[in-house]
Amino acid sequence: MITFYIFIFLPFLFAFLVPFLYKYLNRQVHTGWFVLFVPLSIFIYLVEYIPAVASGATFEYTLSWIPSFGIDITSYMDGLSLLFGLLITGVGSLVIIYSIYYMSKVREALHNFYIYLLMFMGAMLGLVFSDHLLVLYGFWELTSVSSFLLIAYWYERKGSRQGALKALLITVLGGFGMLAGFIMLIMMGDTFSIREIIANMDAIQGHALFIPALLCILLGAFTKSAQFPFGIWLPDAMEAPTPVSSYLHSATMVKAGIYLVARMTPIFGGSAVWFWLVAGIGLVTLLYGSLTALRQTDLKALLAYSTISQLGLIMSLLGIGSLAVYFGPGETGTVFTVATFAAVFHLFNHSTFKGSLFMVVGIIDHETGRRDIRYLGGLMQVMPITFTIALIGGFSMAGLPPFNGFLSKEMFFAAVNDVSHAGIFGLNKIGMLFPIIAWVASIFTFVYCMIFIFKTFGGAYRPERLTREVHEAPLGMLISPIILGLLVILIFFFPNVLGEYILIPALTAILPGMPISGHDVKISAWHGLNTELIMTIGVVVIGLLLFRTARRWIQVMRNYPQGLTLNHFYNQGLSGMEKRSASLTDRYMTGSLRHYLIYIFSFFVLLLMSSLLLLHGIQIDFSNNAAISIYEVGLVIAMIIAAFTVLLASNRILAIVSLSVLGYMVSMFFVIFRAPDLALTQMVVETVTTVLFLLCFYHLPKMTKKIERIPFKLTNLVISVAVGLTVTLLALSANGHKLFEPITSFFENAYELAGAKNIVNAILVDFRGFDTMLEISVLTIAGLGVYILVHQRVKRRGQREIK
Amino acid sequence: MKSNNVILRSVARVAVVIILTFSFYLFMNGHHNPGGGFIGGLSTAAAIVLMYISFGIEKVSENIRMDFRKLAAIGVLIAIGTGTAGVLFGKPFLTQTFGHFDLPIFGDTELASAIIFDTGVALAVIGTAVNIILSISEDR
Repeated sequence: MITFYIFIFLPFLFAFLVPFLYKYLNRQVHTGWFVLFVPLSIFIYLVEYIPAVASGATFEYTLSWIPSFGIDITSYMDGLSLLFGLLITGVGSLVIIYSIYYMSKVREALHNFYIYLLMFMGAMLGLVFSDHLLVLYGFWELTSVSSFLLIAYWYERKGSRQGALKALLITVLGGFGMLAGFIMLIMMGDTFSIREIIANMDAIQGHALFIPALLCILLGAFTKSAQFPFGIWLPDAMEAPTPVSSYLHSATMVKAGIYLVARMTPIFGGSAVWFWLVAGIGLVTLLYGSLTALRQTDLKALLAYSTISQLGLIMSLLGIGSLAVYFGPGETGTVFTVATFAAVFHLFNHSTFKGSLFMVVGIIDHETGRRDIRYLGGLMQVMPITFTIALIGGFSMAGLPPFNGFLSKEMFFAAVNDVSHAGIFGLNKIGMLFPIIAWVASIFTFVYCMIFIFKTFGGAYRPERLTREVHEAPLGMLISPIILGLLVILIFFFPNVLGEYILIPALTAILPGMPISGHDVKISAWHGLNTELIMTIGVVVIGLLLFRTARRWIQVMRNYPQGLTLNHFYNQGLSGMEKRSASLTDRYMTGSLRHYLIYIFSFFVLLLMSSLLLLHGIQIDFSNNAAISIYEVGLVIAMIIAAFTVLLASNRILAIVSLSVLGYMVSMFFVIFRAPDLALTQMVVETVTTVLFLLCFYHLPKMTKKIERIPFKLTNLVISVAVGLTVTLLALSANGHKLFEPITSFFENAYELAGAKNIVNAILVDFRGFDTMLEISVLTIAGLGVYILVHQRVKRRGQREIK
Repeated sequence: MKSNNVILRSVARVAVVIILTFSFYLFMNGHHNPGGGFIGGLSTAAAIVLMYISFGIEKVSENIRMDFRKLAAIGVLIAIGTGTAGVLFGKPFLTQTFGHFDLPIFGDTELASAIIFDTGVALAVIGTAVNIILSISEDR
């Protein structure tokens, strides 16, 4: 079990070594070579699981995390998570090889780059292997954060920062929605485990929260997988270095949403809302992405929109496939099982061809210094190998044989044809739209693939338009795209090997109730002259016509008004929100400390007093109190005198000293009540804060006895009396109530439990160790905050003096 | 804090040693008697602050070349590190353990992993307290 966790957390563990490797060894060896070890070893480890998982076995491991809250890292490996695990580490290895040649050893901050990349890899692995909903959510957000860091890797560029922010805002918004959905799921199923929820489906279906949970979870999946209309972050994310684009933003992270939808299919699949949202939004995204891709002149933007479109395709297939849950085992059910199978198949294919295409764009960018198709052309003669890879990837994306994209595209056509006469959920009326939209979008897909290949590599070679001399990329940069390209062809010829060992186990995980045999989902390149093949031929013919006449109509598309794009709405909304919240905030954030204290204290009084009164909480009971001794009376008198001295003091030193007298008196109380730990702490804290006060007062003007206006003083009086009253009532009521059994007896066993005779310390370091750990983290962060605030002020003042 | 205060300096010379010794005692004793990482760390910080007050920031910084911000960060890392150590043995995060050992001079001694966690707490407290006070006092 521990081996599994070491492998899953290897990226995080290895990340600690990266700064040292970079610092001491980067001059000799590119840091990437060390990092490559991580995904490669995990990949090999996961490959060992393939035979067992293919034969239907699943693995479960549990690592206690916070057992008292039922939060454990429960890992579950089935076909679906294994497929994703293999993709993450497989593509990850190739991307790291590629990045070794793409990222300069001399100029780039490689340690940052690889730490972020490893962080992403670890988060993604954690995500797909997690069975615990909240742990899954944690990893989900971590992928958003690491994606943010990677997009903003070249943070000196404005575009990178804005793109990163946009991606973070949109995906985290979805993440929050997803969290809400998960919490509803947990409430309905009364468990954190996805598998237990699936096993307990009867309690969930028909529950009032079923639809809200479904919507919230889909929000998370759609934002992550860049579905319409949330997809606008993906093109801006292309500001990241190309290895990142090809890894996060085409092969893995954007597929996390697909993973989530697939994982949730056993729970939500079969309901009409789920079908229409997943399949419908998927189809709209497919069409929107392919149409918008046509307008792009930047190669990376073109690929970004094509990724959006392809993700829409996979999403719609999953939506169609969810009908299998509705129909259940049987002939109709099997038809839609095949659709889900096509989704998984296309997901795999997309990772191969899109990964290689992104790498091709990276090579072009790296070698020519340009990514704009208006400047490129004729690269076929100078970069023959890159051209071949682009041809393989592009034709596969266009859905042509003999490449794997052809197979899954045919299955997609079959699925939309099947769904058009499924006859449920109102499909008999508008079901025909499915094949039509799919077919039209496929034509556009074909056209932009042709634009991608032939505008870049075809035509006349014009070196005068490029900034540097162009030659073929170094071998190291070509290895990864060549491997992916070979996979594209190999999968076409031997699809059923992949199907049997990887895809069918994944399918079993998505549709656990369906009997799936290899016979039902056999992939074959040739299945007679049927509707699907005719549709593909139509796509090619019309696509070629459109491509030949592209010059005439594409300009019209590029003139699409900017004011009607989704991006425009996003920008408007964002700046509007900033303006509103700024005007609202300015209204109460006046910069006057007195105002802030008034807000804090009035809320304090209002909340506590109203809850005390509304809940009838005031209950004062002196019957159990001990007798008051003479020492206590003396201390209280001393405290009152000290407090009045603070009020009436005419200079600050006197005020500070009397305040610390007050504090020391409190510590004397702790001594009397036999709490030496508290007394000691209070004493040392008093000492240190006195120094701190003295330092702060250095900055304040001399205390003057000025006569303030009556309302000013009255407000102060009311607030201070109210706060004092609230605290006193609260303390007395707390003493008067006995709502729960005291937990003292547990702590009295400190010696047996923690080997400590000092209960207080045992609580601090052992029983409540989590609190202490987070407290010192907060303390340290606060300290750093003070340091930064003070030093920035000093620096700014210095700059002003220079001016 | 530049002043030529002979009495303060003479007292501080002795007092700092006493305070530091006492804080170490507090720290080590925390497991069974009043004390612990937080108090020990805070009183160590008090001793360091006393040195700064009586001898001036420049002079003390020349002799104690330590980045207190890093010290705080190291403290937090140690605390988290002891937490994860338990995980490697298949126990929940932050599980502390203890055992009795027969050491040459000390005889039967109890060693607890909590003391490492406590060291982290102490370092974080020292680092943060001194860091805040130094930052504010440097702000002229």
